[in-house]
Amino acid sequence: MKVQGNVIKYGDNVDTDVIIPARYLNTSDPKELAAHCMEDLDPGFAGRVKAGDIIAAGTNFGCGSSREHAPIAIKASGISCVIAKTFARIFYRNAINIGLPIVECPEAAEDISDGDVVEVDFDTGAITNKTKGRSYKAVPFPEFMQEIIKAEGLVGYIRNQG
Amino acid sequence: MTGTDTKARGMTMTQKILADHAGLERVEAGQLIKARLDMVLGNDITTPVAVKEFRKIGRDRVFDKNKIAIVPDHFTPNKDIKSAEQVRFIKEFAREMGIVNFFEIGRMGVEHALLPEKGLVVPGDVVIGADSHTCTYGALGAFSTGIGSTDMAAGMATGEAWFKVPEAIRFVLTGKPGKWVSGKDIILHIIGMIGVDGALYKSMEFTGDGLEHLSMDDRFSMANMAIEAGAKNGIFDVDEKTLEYVREHSTKPYKVYKADEDAVYCREYVIDLNTVKPTVAFPHLPSNARTIDQVGEIKIDQVVIGSCTNGRIEDMRSAAQVLKGRAVHPDVRCIIIPATQKIWKQAMDEGLFDIFIEAGAAVSTPTCGPCLGGHMGILAKGERAVATTNRNFVGRMGHPESEVYLASPAIAAASAVAGRIASPDEL
Repeated sequence: MKVQGNVIKYGDNVDTDVIIPARYLNTSDPKELAAHCMEDLDPGFAGRVKAGDIIAAGTNFGCGSSREHAPIAIKASGISCVIAKTFARIFYRNAINIGLPIVECPEAAEDISDGDVVEVDFDTGAITNKTKGRSYKAVPFPEFMQEIIKAEGLVGYIRNQG
Repeated sequence: MTGTDTKARGMTMTQKILADHAGLERVEAGQLIKARLDMVLGNDITTPVAVKEFRKIGRDRVFDKNKIAIVPDHFTPNKDIKSAEQVRFIKEFAREMGIVNFFEIGRMGVEHALLPEKGLVVPGDVVIGADSHTCTYGALGAFSTGIGSTDMAAGMATGEAWFKVPEAIRFVLTGKPGKWVSGKDIILHIIGMIGVDGALYKSMEFTGDGLEHLSMDDRFSMANMAIEAGAKNGIFDVDEKTLEYVREHSTKPYKVYKADEDAVYCREYVIDLNTVKPTVAFPHLPSNARTIDQVGEIKIDQVVIGSCTNGRIEDMRSAAQVLKGRAVHPDVRCIIIPATQKIWKQAMDEGLFDIFIEAGAAVSTPTCGPCLGGHMGILAKGERAVATTNRNFVGRMGHPESEVYLASPAIAAASAVAGRIASPDEL
């Protein structure tokens, strides 16, 4: 599977409180959450984001709370992939569990600029920056996680196992 | 070297607990395992999503109705209609599944203060909770870690969770903490030293003869904030204090694990507790730590004393010790939130509420409330709070342009009196 989109770039330690502030956690409706995604970091995000866009960020993306509402809000915003230098571990699990594509690639996350057009090939881990004409290689997922990703999340994986 | 196999390396405390719960002789860092769960936890924010995912899995019952705890504590007592609907939804699920440990208002508490108090977590347990501060129970020598709602759903259905076995950083604590230095100061000092991702994907194992000077409440407060260094879990050696706590609170069988002598750690820090000073984390990261003498003049509008980090009885006593016979500064709102009903009653019986009320502080029923900007003390634009909570991210306690400074109950109480961030020694 491949995705291609315009990059929205952020820095280090993007926490779950700015991805989806707790004041909106009295609902778990993905559309309502998406309407407030990134609100305390980038108030224009919800109005600007287009389906297929890619988020690129620095280290420790998604740190803080365990709220699954954070990857749900990002996914419902139409983001096709998050590329980061590193992810906070609960966010990493949650993204895989709900089927939000994420890739860890310090080199890409460093080099990619806001507005670049980037393609991610999840099968090979190849990331291509069409704007800059450069390519990078993502850290591959362990086989077990690839199975969860193929089942479109943990629920599908458990159902498949019966 | 003790074994006959010279290649086999020792395991950390966390690795030994995980190996046992995966039915394996030994595990190594990086290995993916499935582990048996002793407790699965959720709250009023994360459980609704978990229930929806549980329904998708298609099981008609949970793996064990005694090994699930649902604690509505974040927006409770319900702050608005939507929150009330969420709590009703999970209450109906708990009733349908016969879940024993559903905690209603008047019998509840902030989840990570409540579960140990109710004896639901004991040494050697493996616990997952759909709340990042589930790492708190490491204070009891359990492996406990935060996960999301889908993992909670899978845990409720199967009684298992997958883990990547973590490597560990060892913190050897020596010496005795000085006056006004609590577990909170020590953990803020550590996070300031290693950063908010300093222990990413790793265990933080606390050991050393300094532990004898740390109460269980100090240890809960430290293990609680392991996540603020990015850690998978924080865990303490089990000693006589731990066992005394367990005997007092639980009848569950427990098992004491100890790291192997030749366990491999990726890093080791030796910390002389005598050198740690009262510490405050400045906005907007828990790692922006400064010692109290480096704080400068920071005027404040609000103080919050409570939360899963510092809402326990010793925290109440520490605040009372500072507030006794003093008055909260005219420009400051001081909100005190005992973390559970039991702590609330104990504080009342000890006369601490008289001290708080006479000082001009407000005392709330147990709730996470202001910690995450839910209710019971939201900050306006430009306002500053000193809080004994665990996070000071942008907008955490209210307006995106408000600020949160993290500190111990003693520093928070002294700041409430001074109207600026202050040490009790300055009053």
